[in-house]
Amino acid sequence: MNDDKKQELITVYVDDREVRVPPGTNMIEAAAKAGIEVPHYCYHPKLSVAGNCRMCMVELGMPEKDRATGKPVLDNEGNQKVMWIPKPAIACATKAMPGIRIKTKSDLARSCQEGVMEFLLVNHPLDCPICDQAGECRLQEFATDYGRGYSRFVEEKNVKPKRTLLGPRVMLDDERCILCSRCVRFCQEIADDDVLGFVDRGSYTTLTCYPGKQLENNYSLNTVDICPVGALTSTDFRFKMRPWFLRETHSICTESSVGVNTVVSSREGKIHRITPRRNDEVNDTWMADSGRELYKQVEAKHRLLKAVVDSFETDNVGGAIREAADLLKGERKIAFVGSGRSSVEEQFLFKKLADQAGARLTALVGRVAEGDGLLISADRNPNVRGALVTGLINELPEAELSDLEDAIDKEEIDTVVAYNEDLSAAGISEQQLAKVTIIYVGTHFNETSARARVVLPASTVFEKNGSFINQQYRLQKFLQAVPGRAEGQDDRRILAGMLAEFGVLVSPEIDDVWAEMSETIETFRDIGFMKIPSTGLLLDPPSHLRDLRYPEGGSLHYEPAKEEASVT
Amino acid sequence: MEDVMNLKKETLQKIDEVIPRYPEKRSAVLPLLHLVQEDQGFVSRDATEWIAEKLGLKPINVWELVRFYPMLRDKPVGKKVVRVCRTLSCALQGSYKTCKTLRDAFDCKLDGNSPDGAVTVEFAECLASCHTAPVVMVDDDLHEHVDEEKAKKIAGEILNGQPKQGGSA
Amino acid sequence: MSAKERRIILKNIDQHGYGNDIDTYLEHGGYEIWKKALQRKPEELREEVKRSGVRGRGGAGFPAGMKWSFLDFKSGKPVYLVCNADESEPGTFKDRQIIYKDPHQLIEGMLISAYAITAKLAFIYIRGEFPDGARILERAIEEARSKNFLGKDILGTGFSCEIHVHRGAGAYICGEETGLIESLEGKRPYPRIKPPYFPAALGLYMCPTIVNNVETLCNVKHIAEMGGEEYAKIGRPGNTGTRIWCVSGHVRKPGYYEFEGGALTLGELIYDICGGLHPGRKLKAVIPGGSSMKILRADERFKGTDREGNNFDFALEDLILDFDGIAVSGSLSGSGGIIVMDDTTDMVDALANVSAFYAHESCGQCTPCREGSLWLKKILHRMSHGQARLEDVDLLKSVADQIPGRTICALGEAAAWPVQSYVAKFRDEFIAKAENQAAGRTNGDGGISDRVQLV
Repeated sequence: MNDDKKQELITVYVDDREVRVPPGTNMIEAAAKAGIEVPHYCYHPKLSVAGNCRMCMVELGMPEKDRATGKPVLDNEGNQKVMWIPKPAIACATKAMPGIRIKTKSDLARSCQEGVMEFLLVNHPLDCPICDQAGECRLQEFATDYGRGYSRFVEEKNVKPKRTLLGPRVMLDDERCILCSRCVRFCQEIADDDVLGFVDRGSYTTLTCYPGKQLENNYSLNTVDICPVGALTSTDFRFKMRPWFLRETHSICTESSVGVNTVVSSREGKIHRITPRRNDEVNDTWMADSGRELYKQVEAKHRLLKAVVDSFETDNVGGAIREAADLLKGERKIAFVGSGRSSVEEQFLFKKLADQAGARLTALVGRVAEGDGLLISADRNPNVRGALVTGLINELPEAELSDLEDAIDKEEIDTVVAYNEDLSAAGISEQQLAKVTIIYVGTHFNETSARARVVLPASTVFEKNGSFINQQYRLQKFLQAVPGRAEGQDDRRILAGMLAEFGVLVSPEIDDVWAEMSETIETFRDIGFMKIPSTGLLLDPPSHLRDLRYPEGGSLHYEPAKEEASVT
Repeated sequence: MEDVMNLKKETLQKIDEVIPRYPEKRSAVLPLLHLVQEDQGFVSRDATEWIAEKLGLKPINVWELVRFYPMLRDKPVGKKVVRVCRTLSCALQGSYKTCKTLRDAFDCKLDGNSPDGAVTVEFAECLASCHTAPVVMVDDDLHEHVDEEKAKKIAGEILNGQPKQGGSA
Repeated sequence: MSAKERRIILKNIDQHGYGNDIDTYLEHGGYEIWKKALQRKPEELREEVKRSGVRGRGGAGFPAGMKWSFLDFKSGKPVYLVCNADESEPGTFKDRQIIYKDPHQLIEGMLISAYAITAKLAFIYIRGEFPDGARILERAIEEARSKNFLGKDILGTGFSCEIHVHRGAGAYICGEETGLIESLEGKRPYPRIKPPYFPAALGLYMCPTIVNNVETLCNVKHIAEMGGEEYAKIGRPGNTGTRIWCVSGHVRKPGYYEFEGGALTLGELIYDICGGLHPGRKLKAVIPGGSSMKILRADERFKGTDREGNNFDFALEDLILDFDGIAVSGSLSGSGGIIVMDDTTDMVDALANVSAFYAHESCGQCTPCREGSLWLKKILHRMSHGQARLEDVDLLKSVADQIPGRTICALGEAAAWPVQSYVAKFRDEFIAKAENQAAGRTNGDGGISDRVQLV
């Protein structure tokens, strides 16, 4: 299959460098593949081509062909002759054809780049020191590379609106706007919320929201991400931190089973923002605004930071783990309630613990709501498929734990281990809770933790490594962005500690967990944590899992399996 | 919404006639803007939203046009709109003086209204009658060879409320 | 009418008693050619137009038959015809005459063209400043419909065609064919990038579309009448047919005049046809094809070798009036708008006026035109208002040089060419202005008396 695909590639030349690309690839992408950056502003790989900034102008050469025979014309040395077109072409709208050539550094190309750069700067305010975009501004970057270094503009700059609140999360400075129309196209083409547009014309053209409307859709912050300059900024991130101080960690959004790839930016253990990370198979370059808020859970007021035993906080987490394990020993009738928000590794260890403790019932709390058809799927758990693959559950979870309710009522269960799930939110009544002994492992206080005999503080997704399996059965990993706030215990250590109390010695190290998983779970065969690529790994789940009726509808890069005509 | 707009019956009728002319409704936005402006003197915010609704568009799609085309107005203007061609051939024949004469006559600033709001005098770009420069449009009517003297005459007629029809209407 | 004139398009216009109603038109043989055309095959008519060699009269002078030949008939999508009646290049006013005075000629030309390219729907995009023109065309269309010259099953032939009038609202950019198409689609008239959006394949509603100028479409009627080969005998090779020249500015008899291609020189037009300059004035400069074209200085000489290999050495007055004849000057005949300037003209002010136009009309879509045109305007406005600097002269050229060839549409050239050519050809005047102003002498009027305010 790979070979077939290779045959479809054609050869093009960027600054005399040969590169093979699929036909029709635009020349900005072809150049990138050759390791050459063609500067650009309006072009965005996931939006329609506008061709308005003119920054990507290059010299274009076409292979010369004999008009009559169509055969290539060769020079004296037998090389294909090239006809260089005197007018520059925009690389973004130039499609790869066999033998096509571009020059990105010729005199003409340089002159075009410098000219456009100067034009973009004449009416642009010189407020970089107080501009939030500084450090990640394409105008700043290219001004260094292609700028004149001084200004020849002595006229008065245009005056446009400043500090306009476009919506609850996005601020606009029109004087900085270079009218590339990326945000407008995003709203039309991706967010399907046509509220942005241009008014007036010529150099006075001004980006605006229709008066009385707001840019408030749940994807509004993507306009900030794609704004190549400091025109659109995030009200949340604005003035908080210079981007060059930020440490970037690859992560996965836990908002739903889409598994949006993200970058978590932090400094000195504090997270300042979450932005999307490009994954062409999952989220392209986008993410929902709501997912960007999730870092706030790290420092939420109701965060669990210490272990609790019989209502007393303790620094002795080891002791608390022992207490918890003791509660599971003996003639107990135990239920294990796991979470679709836990990582694959945690679900595996949790399942192992459940087996050791002789759990009579294991369950997961389902979270299904309406999907938005884009990047929030109906399944608001990021990792139900992990629970299925690890065998923690065998069927799709329900929102309400009715089996558990029944079992408690019938006194078939007297102890519950709740892992990051609030049982009362999952339908267990106060009376039912009162009838059972509860062990709670989790990140935040809730009704369940308040009633637990033992509470063990766990880590948020930002404070640990791990992996999720998204709706496509794509295994994706997330990395620790900041140190754990809860006393030195991440989830795997807690679970391994409890297992040790049952005499089962497992290493909590992620590679070791994977070594065991890849041995015992067919779907994970030959996979290790380090082997998971940054864009994820598509798994081949067993057919009984494939055939489940998952709640997700279609979304970006995901189509649910068609209902098969089962009668033959 | 049609009540809010209070459009004349003829205007509504014309609007309904013009929309089906186009294979795609959106094309009717400029004709509708003209019709509404002819009816009401300008394109209000309500009108913008009404047109958008009528054509299955978002208000911003209409607003972008209102604010692009110089002939469309998003604010009320004088009952008489006087547009003096500013472009080269007319300027060579003295259209700046023509414009000043007219502005003085109505006591209005450039691109502004007369104090009573009755007359708007503004510059326009080339009106495509360069051989009869300088030219002036009073609403829909073209006036040719408008030198100072003729400008005063036109101003007088407007002030006396008996605008002479200049064009071939 | 001068003896040298050959009126084909303007034949009936301004003739005593010739009205713009259909009865007059029919009395003058109107729609007879249409009836005959309907008996022919569309491809034959296209071939006639190709053979005629007629070049587009809107500005670019592209052969109309070749433009038609690019139509993508294979797509299976409907074909549209659009008449560009946005006549907006300063100095041009020929289409106005046709629309106001002989609308049926245009409609007949359009019907023949629509039939030839198999378009069942056509639009006339008329500039907003022609409100009466729009009404006249609407009425003419109604009259033609009442006689079944257009509408359904025209004259029982089975061919149906509708024409609608669509008014612009004051934007020069709508004269650019893809800007026009966007405007007609109800969007901001931002010209489209080419490639990929060539109208003949991806035009109106992404369907194959032909956009032709008013005068061009009228010519189609006459091509259909006399046949492409006969038509091609009018004028010079490559400059077939007649052209309407619009003369304005400092001549005694400004107006519109129609001649065979190459029938006379620029000097004959200015001095013989237009009565020369006003008493006591001397010719200073001529813009040969609408204000966007490069200006020519009165005492310039144009030397070179023509296609046949003959050397030529022309004075301004010797330039031959047609596409190729003007092109030897390094400028272009564009839309046929000739603007004449005498020695009372301050060239810095004149350029400031022209640059203000293009800055005002730049749609703002692409960077070089958007920022460049306004920058040029600001520099020139400052120079015209007492604050010229010596370095501005080179700055103007340098800024202008960064625009043409680098924009989405030709407005970039239109904004830059005047600046490049005025500064190159009247450099002394620009320098004098700066020096005079620096020395505090007058307003730097370069010694021009009776200076008319141009900006």
